[in-house]
Amino acid sequence: MSDPTREAESFAKARRGRNIVLALGLIAFVVIVFMVTVVRLGASVIDRPL
Amino acid sequence: MAMLEALSPTKTPARWQDFVLLLKPRVMSLVVFTALTGLVCSGQPMHPLLAVVAILCIAVGAGASGALNMWYDADIDGQMRRTRGRPVPSGKVQGADALTLGVVLSLFSVMLMIMAVNWLAAALLAFTILFYAVVYTMWLKRWTAQNIVIGGLAGALPPVIGWAAATGTAPLNAWLLCAIIFMWTPPHFWALSLYTSEDYAKAGVPMMPVVKGAKSTRLQILVYSLLLIPVCVAPAFTGLGGAAYLGVSSVGGAVFLLLAFRLYRSNAGEAADPRNDDGLYDVRAGARDARNLFAFSILYLSLLFATLLGEHLAGATPLELFR
Repeated sequence: MSDPTREAESFAKARRGRNIVLALGLIAFVVIVFMVTVVRLGASVIDRPL
Repeated sequence: MAMLEALSPTKTPARWQDFVLLLKPRVMSLVVFTALTGLVCSGQPMHPLLAVVAILCIAVGAGASGALNMWYDADIDGQMRRTRGRPVPSGKVQGADALTLGVVLSLFSVMLMIMAVNWLAAALLAFTILFYAVVYTMWLKRWTAQNIVIGGLAGALPPVIGWAAATGTAPLNAWLLCAIIFMWTPPHFWALSLYTSEDYAKAGVPMMPVVKGAKSTRLQILVYSLLLIPVCVAPAFTGLGGAAYLGVSSVGGAVFLLLAFRLYRSNAGEAADPRNDDGLYDVRAGARDARNLFAFSILYLSLLFATLLGEHLAGATPLELFR
């Protein structure tokens, strides 16, 4: 017989771990898109008619 | 699939590490290595960040196709000792979650490749994912003994994607790298399947030893090895490899052929003695030659790509014998 309290704790712990990794992945994606945009556009960002 | 999910013990909470395992990290590392070699060998300077993003997209795309493969193959994975501990058949991850992860990562990797790199690299990446997940996993694997021959194209394309990421083109030398992995795949996997064929037979996967028998498989390994070596040496004659590459590919090729010939002469894959209840990778008397070729095939491919990578990073002059 498994202990329901311990089982709930391990579920919560596993879910927390998954959520942290998912958040880090999303942050990394946003940073990558930002940096790629800067590299791809480069100086062209300021080289435009005002 | 559905029945297996219903029966599987899905009470264990999925940890993030289980989702990482869905991406087949070991396969991913090989894909990164060969894609990086293609990118560097192109000789085209690339912004370091864009190069990292290109390799990341290829790695994530490979991982996504691995997750799709594990979702679809959970039923046969659960029947084989080598694969029954994978996250889906072991019940750690639900099949639907593996499918979702595979689809989402496929879309992310291809879209980022379009945005950050170029359309050709993105198209080749999308083709590779679809080819592995749909053509190989859903169709060839359960249908024909030529499954890993044709399906091997998916594993062979990463250096072409790497090359296309750097240059926007896919010239002959890029396809030569692809041809090396493509021709290497059959002797590599068939050597493995010679000593795991019982598992494949039990799961109903028509691997070559299951369908055509061990003797025919050993002959085909020898034939593919004879075809493979000239392809491996070829880059030394097309302006891609230097003197070190010529040496490594020739000497390694000779050892490869010797091991393939020994395997052909052996009784590897023949019916095992039922009195010996061996573990999966325990080598029975006749299968030692199969294991030797399997292990050396990994070393040989790694050496070929590492030498090319090293030569290009060091700025070594290609031989250009027939260029």
